[in-house]
Amino acid sequence: MAYKAVIGLEFHCEMKSHTKVFSNAINGYSKLSNQYVRPLDMAFPGTLPVVNKTCVRKAIEMAMILNCKIPEYMEFDRKHYFYPDLPKGYQITQFFNPVGVDGKIEIEVGGEKKEILIHDIHLEEDAAALDHYYDTSNIDYNRAGVPLLELVTEPCMHSSEEALAFLEHVKSIYQYTDISDCDTKKGQIRADVNVSIMDEDATEFGTKVEVKNVNSFDGIKQTIEYEIKRQSELKDAGRYDEVIQETRRWDEETGTTIHMRNKADAIDYKYFTEPNIPRYKITKELLDDIRNSIPELAYERREKYVNEYKLSLYDANVLVKSKKISDYFEKVVNLGNDPKETCNWVTTRVLGELNKSEENTIDNFFITPEMLSELIKLITDKKITNNQGKEVFAKMLEEEKTASEIVKEYGMEVIEDDNLIESLVNEVISENSQAITDYKNGRTNMLDYMVGQVMKKSKGKANPVSAKNTLLEKIK
Amino acid sequence: MLELGIKDLHDRLKSGEIKEEELINESLKKCHEVQEKTNAFVTIMDEVKPNEVTDDILSGIPYGIKDIFSTENILSTGSSNTLNEYVPFFDATCVKNLKAHGCVGVAKTVLDELGMGGTGTTGHTGVVKNPWDTRRMCAGSSAGSAASVASGCYPFALGSDTGDSIRKPAAYVGIVGYKPTYGLISRYGMYQFASSLDTVGVLSRSVEDAAIAVDGMKGLDENDMTSFDSSDMHLYESLTKDVKGKKLFYIKEVCDIENYKNPSDELKIHLENFKEKLKLLDKLGISVEGVSIDKTLLNALPSTYVVISCAEATSNMSNLTGISFGPRGEGNSPEEVIKDHRTKGFSPLIKRRFVIGSYVLQSENQEKYFLNAKRVRRLITNKMNELFKGYDAMIAPVSTGVAKYLDNDKNMLSDDTSVLEELLQIGNFGGFPSITIPDGFIDKLPVGLNITGRVKEDELVLSIAYHLESLMDFKNQIAGGEE
Repeated sequence: MAYKAVIGLEFHCEMKSHTKVFSNAINGYSKLSNQYVRPLDMAFPGTLPVVNKTCVRKAIEMAMILNCKIPEYMEFDRKHYFYPDLPKGYQITQFFNPVGVDGKIEIEVGGEKKEILIHDIHLEEDAAALDHYYDTSNIDYNRAGVPLLELVTEPCMHSSEEALAFLEHVKSIYQYTDISDCDTKKGQIRADVNVSIMDEDATEFGTKVEVKNVNSFDGIKQTIEYEIKRQSELKDAGRYDEVIQETRRWDEETGTTIHMRNKADAIDYKYFTEPNIPRYKITKELLDDIRNSIPELAYERREKYVNEYKLSLYDANVLVKSKKISDYFEKVVNLGNDPKETCNWVTTRVLGELNKSEENTIDNFFITPEMLSELIKLITDKKITNNQGKEVFAKMLEEEKTASEIVKEYGMEVIEDDNLIESLVNEVISENSQAITDYKNGRTNMLDYMVGQVMKKSKGKANPVSAKNTLLEKIK
Repeated sequence: MLELGIKDLHDRLKSGEIKEEELINESLKKCHEVQEKTNAFVTIMDEVKPNEVTDDILSGIPYGIKDIFSTENILSTGSSNTLNEYVPFFDATCVKNLKAHGCVGVAKTVLDELGMGGTGTTGHTGVVKNPWDTRRMCAGSSAGSAASVASGCYPFALGSDTGDSIRKPAAYVGIVGYKPTYGLISRYGMYQFASSLDTVGVLSRSVEDAAIAVDGMKGLDENDMTSFDSSDMHLYESLTKDVKGKKLFYIKEVCDIENYKNPSDELKIHLENFKEKLKLLDKLGISVEGVSIDKTLLNALPSTYVVISCAEATSNMSNLTGISFGPRGEGNSPEEVIKDHRTKGFSPLIKRRFVIGSYVLQSENQEKYFLNAKRVRRLITNKMNELFKGYDAMIAPVSTGVAKYLDNDKNMLSDDTSVLEELLQIGNFGGFPSITIPDGFIDKLPVGLNITGRVKEDELVLSIAYHLESLMDFKNQIAGGEE
């Protein structure tokens, strides 16, 4: 039997910043352990936290985008538990007064709009990473103190599709605002997933099960689907009492969730306000300043592409999916190129190239927006043909040269010399009298054939339009 | 030469009458003598090099450092077995600042374990004895700093003060103990006990030396968000400012003997002596009045302090797990290893305070204990700030008399003296500047009085203390000096 699922998410995301959120160690990714560590990150006695203002700004920015209420004062709290990955014995987080509460944001799921309710968003620090080996575990403090934004939704989603659509939406905002790359390969995202089921017509929620530390979008999707299935099967079998309020974890290998602890064993985190960070006022000036710095987001760009640039929704979606691609596209357009033409080049040629290998990224892509603009202009100015353009594009990458360099090197300039074109046309006419007769008898495709012959003789350099016009005039 | 104050030492170092090396060696020698007698030190830095004497008044001056401060390449135990071999790789900001002035740290002094305790008896290297009478305590937690400064090892030593950890020991050994405004000196590198109350300060034998020393370490620190810019505050230069017309108050409920049911003779003499000394203020043109404060509020002082300080302490000391520093515990899981480290490392007193701290922070108890304690703290601070509108400072006797015997450290406390015993905690609740100076003797044992003023008005508090000190005979006195 199908039940109504109720899903809430706690989505943790590592933020981008020069330094960690409470220490001046570099916030960066390193394959080597313990490269970015300052005394506070290992909680040496006497060390004190100092708040990274950039992280606070970005947290407020995100709270604004999520339409949250923002408190009058910024303050932090301590969350206590003992574990080897938590050097201070507590995590500095925001419990009593998070940077944003009671927000909402509209997303699209399968073409339909849906509002997601945000319980709160708060700024906190990450713990160290533990690397487990056969009989030992190592602690990597690179991650200790890395800034995290935790976004908590209300239990307002009902399917894995909705949850994923929401997460993709949030990920896009994080990337557009440069708050986070949301790179799962670098372990930058983690989610706690809350799932319960209830009868379609029920008014009360079922028993909530929490699945902790799922670290990929695919894992989140599978977790939700697995939990709905597991709970539904128990309910079908009349064993719903076996669904207990508990914390489970996602096991990637078996594709199942596994019991961790019961609600009765819940830890009392003994929260209290961090005394080493004086609370400070979030002024109207600061809020205005942040509000004005919020960049154009994906859904705003998509609207612009469809309404102003007249691109298809499909193309617009392809472009805005990655901010960097979208930025690249906009740069080329802003250099005075036609949006549709530019879109074709970016979505087919550029993305086609990037998709060839994981190592290719828009950042290390040889053809800059300026270089692509030059190429497109060569075509629109009819200096080269469209087909030549594709060839130039490939050669640019191969030889790491600009479009004009390639055109020059290979002598690809279009022949605009009317006399030359006329003599080539004359040659073709004299060699193809049968084709001309056929053409005059109604086989219009013979014209294209003859234009092709002219192009062939010019080694592709003749302006095909001039060639066609000249031909038409001669055989009229 | 060790009996001299900083200014005199500086002049003689400058003139060449005293050699830098000679001064440091004398100081080290004295430390070893005092160690025999009082057990004041965790480490005496025999290898330390003298500093070149410059025009800086602090250059070449030896001083002591409470072992609660992180000192680069020098054992810094916090007087706790959990850190018994911990050698930090960075200096506390106050130590770094003094180093920049050319000051020479010569010893690390014993404290009550991690600053928690008021007896000087719970450090991992044993009991600190009072140099005036070795059967008695120095009080704490800055016991070793108090004993060594009083014995004349150097002109001053660093202390930390969360409840009265500088100001009470100072009284018990007849010296000056100054707790500045919260945030005047960076706390970076001082092991945290209760962050909202912890204050770096100094113990010395004169108000002048306290002012010079704090001038040398104060200032905004990018590593401590609670520190503030005090570049316009000049403690030493301001000492001689006129204090005529200033108004002080004392709290009748704790200073008037008729408010005690069965006062001891010692308490009577102590309070009489205090009232006598108030008369000296007349000569300075300072007026004093007795004011009344609601007894309920006063009675709430000790428990408010216990709740807040224990709660913050249990949190702050959660970093002591023996995982990345400190002796590694034994066990088969991380939890067991941490538990073993903490079980073996902490003294029973600390464990008791951790239990209290955890209890008051539990979600079901927070409102009743921790949050109420914070509210009472605010009420007390508000009351003081209200009084500070009409008066420039509070003056009070320190403790209920002389240093207590080591073998009966607790049973002296009765209910109606507990407020006087814990009165100085008011200074930490409000972050007020507060200084203890010696004000007499009872049976050849020193007693003291305290002046507490408005936040950031350290200059005024110190200059009142400086002028009052000049009218008494206890400036620069040394324990067991000339009889």
